[in-house]
Amino acid sequence: MSGPALSRPAGLIVFGAVLILVAAVTLALPHMVNNYLVRVVIVMCIDVILVASMGLGNGFTGVFSLGHVGFVAVGAYTSGILSLPVTMKHAFLPDLPHWLASFSLPFLPATIAAGLVCAALAAVVGAPLMRLSGYFVSVATLGFLIIVNVVLINASDFTRGARTFAGVPLQTTLPWAMGWMVVTLTVLARIAYSPFGRRFRVVREDPIAARAVGLSILPVRLSAFIVGAFFAGVGGSLYGHYLGAFSPASFYLPYTFALVSMLVIGGMGSISGAVLGVVLVTVTSEVLRNLERGLDLGVIHIPPLYGASQIVLGMMFILVMIFRPSGLMGDREVSPGLFLRRKPTGERE
Amino acid sequence: MVSDAGPLLETRGLTKSFRSLVALSDQSIRVDRGEIVGVIGPNGSGKSTFFNLISGFLQPDSGEIRFAGAPIVAQPADRIVRLGIARTFQGTRLFQALSVADNVRAAAELRQRTGLAAALLGGGRRRRAEAAVEEITEELLDLVGLTARQENRARDLPYGDQRRLEIIRALATRPSLLLLDEPAAGMDASETKVLLGLIDEIRTRYDLAVIIVEHDMDLIMNLCERIQVLAHGSKVFEGTPAEVQAHPAVREVYLGHG
Ligand SMILES: Nc1ncnc2c1ncn2[C@@H]1O[C@H](COP(=O)(O)OP(=O)(O)OP(=O)(O)O)[C@@H](O)[C@H]1O
Ligand SMILES: [Mg+2]
Repeated sequence: MSGPALSRPAGLIVFGAVLILVAAVTLALPHMVNNYLVRVVIVMCIDVILVASMGLGNGFTGVFSLGHVGFVAVGAYTSGILSLPVTMKHAFLPDLPHWLASFSLPFLPATIAAGLVCAALAAVVGAPLMRLSGYFVSVATLGFLIIVNVVLINASDFTRGARTFAGVPLQTTLPWAMGWMVVTLTVLARIAYSPFGRRFRVVREDPIAARAVGLSILPVRLSAFIVGAFFAGVGGSLYGHYLGAFSPASFYLPYTFALVSMLVIGGMGSISGAVLGVVLVTVTSEVLRNLERGLDLGVIHIPPLYGASQIVLGMMFILVMIFRPSGLMGDREVSPGLFLRRKPTGERE
Repeated sequence: MVSDAGPLLETRGLTKSFRSLVALSDQSIRVDRGEIVGVIGPNGSGKSTFFNLISGFLQPDSGEIRFAGAPIVAQPADRIVRLGIARTFQGTRLFQALSVADNVRAAAELRQRTGLAAALLGGGRRRRAEAAVEEITEELLDLVGLTARQENRARDLPYGDQRRLEIIRALATRPSLLLLDEPAAGMDASETKVLLGLIDEIRTRYDLAVIIVEHDMDLIMNLCERIQVLAHGSKVFEGTPAEVQAHPAVREVYLGHG
């Protein structure tokens, strides 16, 4: 383990407290604030799932993939096709094979199926890709994202092509999003800070020395990639059932850049960093988006500044890169209690 | 697994070229259990190449490598360490951002692997595995006096400690043969003396055979029972420290370039 473990009962109490807090917020929030804020929080939860799961491969294992959103897309379409009501399938997807058209899955099994499909796809795609390192793996995984996009556009029997895929039941409520976020963060933290997950960091730090202590690089990288893809699929399903209607363009380069910047700003080798990155970027861009429309504060009148939020986010990204190149959290975690384990202390980057 | 008869390591006709450069040519060596053997030679004479071949980081063009009686050529590096050959690298190769203790744990878990299910669910097997890893780690950290700094990042250690950490990381894999590539490089006389004591202690405590590549003649002459001299990839002489020192051709080869 890295560092002293929090004693078991103390860890469980902290974890329980966090769960209760999450549950309380989940139940109370819709009554306290307006619909807009609830929607922002739901998207934030989904983004946390996606960014944290991307961090497992990109940060902990050091294999910088740009293909994560490809799995998000596969997850959204997989669960969308599975959970579309049968009548809708006949109307929207008349060419869907009979075995898919004749049934409709509830939200939870559809989401888990989306995760499993993505994990299986990651095993197949990762077998050649995870042999690459550095820029090569980034470019190759970007290629994967492009291929997914092209396939989705052309597999119109299943996806309606570039047209909007609509009619997905709007089932991603706040409790679902929060629940999946808690599950994702718990699972990722347990993996990352286990002996199994230590191998991710070992392989990242020095692949040659890793082999000298008996690690085979490919299986280690591949397992991080597969676990990450599973949760990308889950997040994709949640996103699909939040939007209700989407197209291949919803899961492409702009979304990739958004998630990557959240991860990089938050800190790549840290689960709490991923959360922080999502919260920071979301809050900033939501505030700025409202400012963009212009503001009248009686004395001061701020004219509409369209595009300001993008510029500020870009600047934020640049500033973090200059002053904290390993992100706000680097590879440390905020609260040892939350994840039951503590990282080495007392050093700086 | 490991047969007790015969030499622990034996190479025959070991040859490796990089394009037109013959880095190691028709080399052979025999190392018995518990023996300390030195390999010396001028820069570029093929010493590290020899280590890379035995430890599976390079594949020979021709020749045989037998470990505990079994051929190991063509086995990948991560399998060879499992068989019981551990190594350090010329210069250091630590897991820099990881803690000192995690560097050792990463190696100690070689014989205590737990998988994804254990990571998620915990359980008795994982607890026992972790306890065994902790035991090895504590013992080895204590051996080199790094216990107090075990939570520091490896990159924050002073140079000498980094070298020692790399040695105990290799030991944590429970080898029967340890390959040390220039362990004293960059150390002053007093640090080298400490290192000499350490190598001597670990070989008896863990019943190790050791091959040392080193330019520091004091260390080599004091420690090794047998020394092989390489020049331009070929073995030019092999004998006891006294024989090596007395051999005029060896002195010329070695001192002439080194
Ligand atoms: N991977 C490689 N690719 C190409 N040439 C190599 C490679 N490894 C070693 N060489 C060359 O092979 C020769 C032997 O190198 P090696 O590293 O084995 O020497 P050495 O005896 O360890 O030297 P030193 O004392 O400087 O460490 C050198 O000329 C070196 O440049
Ligand atoms: Mg060398």
